[in-house]
Amino acid sequence: MSGVRLTKPWLDLDDAAIAALPGQLGVFEIGDEDGSTLELGFAGGRSRFGLRSAIAEVAAKHEGATCFRYEVTMQYWSRFEELLAVYLADHGELPAGNAESRGDRRVGRISAPGG
Amino acid sequence: MDFELSIEQRLILETVRRFVREEIVPLETDLDPDASELPPHHRERLVAMTRELGFYGLDIPEEYGGPGIDLVTRTLMAFEMAQHRAGLYAPCYGVFGGAGLAQLYEADDGQKERYLYPVLRGEKRGFFALTEPSGGSDPARAIRTTAVRDGDDWILDGEKTFISGADKADFGIVFARTDPELGRKGITCFLVDTDMPGFGVRRIVHTLRSTHYAAELEFNRVRVPGRNVLGEVNQGFAIANDRLSRNRIPYAAGCIGVALKAQEMAIAYAKTRKTFGDYLSTRQAVQWMIVDNEIDLRTSRAVTLEAAARADAGKPFRTEAAICKLVASEGASRVVDRAMQIHGGYGMTKDLPLERWYRELRIRRVGEGPNEIQRLIVARDVIGGSFH
Repeated sequence: MSGVRLTKPWLDLDDAAIAALPGQLGVFEIGDEDGSTLELGFAGGRSRFGLRSAIAEVAAKHEGATCFRYEVTMQYWSRFEELLAVYLADHGELPAGNAESRGDRRVGRISAPGG
Repeated sequence: MDFELSIEQRLILETVRRFVREEIVPLETDLDPDASELPPHHRERLVAMTRELGFYGLDIPEEYGGPGIDLVTRTLMAFEMAQHRAGLYAPCYGVFGGAGLAQLYEADDGQKERYLYPVLRGEKRGFFALTEPSGGSDPARAIRTTAVRDGDDWILDGEKTFISGADKADFGIVFARTDPELGRKGITCFLVDTDMPGFGVRRIVHTLRSTHYAAELEFNRVRVPGRNVLGEVNQGFAIANDRLSRNRIPYAAGCIGVALKAQEMAIAYAKTRKTFGDYLSTRQAVQWMIVDNEIDLRTSRAVTLEAAARADAGKPFRTEAAICKLVASEGASRVVDRAMQIHGGYGMTKDLPLERWYRELRIRRVGEGPNEIQRLIVARDVIGGSFH
């Protein structure tokens, strides 16, 4: 079940990398220099330039953000929920950037994906 | 059959229509086009309003605190409640409350204390797990999940798929084979807590419907106490079957609701959009699409209300429920498709709700029993014989 995680290599977070991003819908992960996840997010139907603008907006909220990775998908909502559930299963808590905005809305439970 | 609305029904429908248009639709301007949840503060505010209106928990039986509104009126309300972007799978984002799982009303007193009442208070969530990788249309033969008695307990082994809401649920109604020799008479229904060892959500199943997604479940020697058998041992299929028939009426009503809205949008657009110097509404090609929409809508509405009226009257309604499910899901799909065609390029965008309805309606022809199964049910009822 390794397919459920975002396993693509981290990309350096800089203006050129952001500008090169597609305008499509999808999910993404913002990380720090240790490779820890700061926030999981999605570029939904209201994002102005899809992944390009959504990643830029979320990255700007985190001073320590140095890298990111993404996945293009039209099923961004269920994929985002899946990534939250997997992260919770792996770490026992949500990334800091998601914990606050999630409030008391439930995160799905998924059983030790990928072992 | 006379479906002239009473004064009370008219007032109720006007109230619901105003609620949807004034309270729900404006919020969707800021929500993601695929969202199916409201921010908590809006949800709490709107739930308070539906309670004040006396409409909260519409589908809860009156003896459990529901408002006691008949099924025909609830079906008419469902037509209205679905008329917004998320309306097909999340009518009014659930602020009218849910009834929970219908089977729980058949539970014994202890089970009601542990499952039904917490659900009605909004403290617990449940899921319904019938379909397996081996099939969902023929559960009597397809169920391979087994439950074997071990002292006072049962040990469940197997897997389920396409189970909505299971990843966020506290418990589930799970069907398992308890006697391999008895076919449909060898299936039992269990209440399984999601924290029971051996229960797992293996993965989320991504589909055309991005929200209200389904999950794949595993049961690896899950020990379930005997007190969690729902109904009688080996009588689970009847519980499943009853639920499937009843659900087809609101299922059809949701389809009709979004199709009504799509038709309204198509007419409004055709009256304002000009091509070659005149309005689309003057073009026969467009007029005929709108006429075909109207025929689909009126047909779907009539057969769905007929099914609801028969259920209200305590008459058999299995055939009518099958017909309304298939007529409404196929008719609504055509209506939305034509509405997209009339809107041209805009109809394909996430600026409008049509593309979401188009994707989600495709699922309606398979969910709650594929339409081929509905035809089988009708064939069996009008011709006789059994399924082959």
